[in-house]
Amino acid sequence: MTNSEKNRLKDKAFQVFGIFCTFIGLVVLAIFLIDIVIEGIGRIDWDFLTSLPSRRAARAGILTAWAGTLWILVLSALIAFPLGIAAGIYLEEYAKKTKLSDFLEINIANLAGVPSIIYGLLGLELFVRFMHLGPVLLVGALTLSLLILPIVIVTTREAIKAVPRTIRDGSFALGASKWQTVWNQVLPASFGGILTGVILALSRAVGEAAPLIVIGALAYVPFVPSSPMDEFTVLPIQIFNWTSRPQAAFLTNAAAAIIVLLLITFLLNGIAVYLRHRQQKKIKW
Amino acid sequence: MRVQEKIIEGLLWLSAAITVLVTASIIWVLLSESVQFFSEVSIVRFLTEKEWTPLFAEKKFGIMPLVAGTFLTTAIAIAVALPIGLTIAIYLNEYAHARFKTFIKPLLEVLATIPTVVYGFFALTVVTPFLQSFIPGLAGFNALSAGIVMGVMIIPMISSLSEDAISAVPRSLREAAYGMGSTRLQTAFGVMVPAASSGILVSVILAISRAVGETMIVAIAAGQQPRLTLNPLVPIETITTYIVQVSMGDVPHGSLEYRTIFAAGMTLFVFTFLLNNLSFWIKKKYQEKYD
Repeated sequence: MTNSEKNRLKDKAFQVFGIFCTFIGLVVLAIFLIDIVIEGIGRIDWDFLTSLPSRRAARAGILTAWAGTLWILVLSALIAFPLGIAAGIYLEEYAKKTKLSDFLEINIANLAGVPSIIYGLLGLELFVRFMHLGPVLLVGALTLSLLILPIVIVTTREAIKAVPRTIRDGSFALGASKWQTVWNQVLPASFGGILTGVILALSRAVGEAAPLIVIGALAYVPFVPSSPMDEFTVLPIQIFNWTSRPQAAFLTNAAAAIIVLLLITFLLNGIAVYLRHRQQKKIKW
Repeated sequence: MRVQEKIIEGLLWLSAAITVLVTASIIWVLLSESVQFFSEVSIVRFLTEKEWTPLFAEKKFGIMPLVAGTFLTTAIAIAVALPIGLTIAIYLNEYAHARFKTFIKPLLEVLATIPTVVYGFFALTVVTPFLQSFIPGLAGFNALSAGIVMGVMIIPMISSLSEDAISAVPRSLREAAYGMGSTRLQTAFGVMVPAASSGILVSVILAISRAVGETMIVAIAAGQQPRLTLNPLVPIETITTYIVQVSMGDVPHGSLEYRTIFAAGMTLFVFTFLLNNLSFWIKKKYQEKYD
């Protein structure tokens, strides 16, 4: 075999290996999803969705868990959405290129890299102990809002950056002030992109268990929270609790709860992908 | 009108400034509790003792077993994710059609959107029993399956960041390599990967940082036994798992046991902070510039 033939063979071999690597992760994911569905789908019925937690696996349900997850979703959106967008607007439209804005940028990049469990320690000390709020929904939502704030800020900035200079210049030329330009031109034009980012960030928050465990959210909450000052549990914590038990019946419960959690996550991601797609189709600068 | 503009700008500035406040609070919380912890337990004991048993009657406060557990699961995750992720990046850039690329990238991203507690369930109930069928000595809780599953989770992180780095290398370099008669493989490893090495390195460092801070997978599948070992087949405990373990129990606020989670958290924060800033520094300093 000549050298060139050998090289061509190696080239082909790597191509096959490349295809293998590209699909191995997806195959693992598929095996996993099928396994979960087989194990859990039979357990999902109306009772499972509307029952309170119980010590007996067959009677336990996820009502309080998914109610808590929805509460967390809505509260985190209410807190992180305005805060993140405002910070993004400031950094992209107002901040001058100074040492201070460089520092803000590095700081946000750093916050994005802080492990989620550290945010749990922050929430525990700041909101639970220092402010005496206790392990309630509001504290959970505040903690998760801080966790996803860097993601919201970064995606807001990217969406705003994509709005061309000419739009702003046109607005200024008509006599609009800075804020009028941002509010009436830049924000509407970039809103699809911002919303996509916020929804992706929220889907991350919905899947988090670690920071909420650290602030003291419990697995066993025998009532549906009715206000932000109520104690709560969420689906990921309920899944963690059931997974840690030795009885097989609880593993089945965990698999069923995972199906519900994945449906919520995929739904959020689906909405985000759809919005991004529509945005790309609609706007051609 | 002008006043209103100023007020709005002030509010926007305040929102941006909150991020600094968050960082300051994190550091303050970790420092203030750690300082009190180290006033009772010397930092020398913390760094040199070989056992970690703060919840037992006979207390030992050596962080090393937790660091070893964290290091072990991280190393396994990177050993899985780096070869696969980098191969995907090279394959998508040098071999695959553009249409295949736009189709497969969002699918790979799905791996990163699955909640980590779900990966933990997978590691414990599927991967560990599967591995036990041909590794007889494998315990029910172990670093191996937690690390492997964590590796699968961070594949898209390495593949997409490395792919960005490789596709930023100008076409002319690739075409010059082809012009010299190189195969796609020789072009990839002889020209493209070296040219994109700083970006690839950044992707690996960020992946390490992510793996070090990962909590639920290891809390579910790797065990809760702090052990100074590099054996991937036995139960271990990571820094993050320890924090979860204490949070689940009823340790009174303000006690020494309570403060251990802040000392452990401080250790974790220092690791990830150094890794993240190392990656920023490399990105800034070694960014390849082509015209």
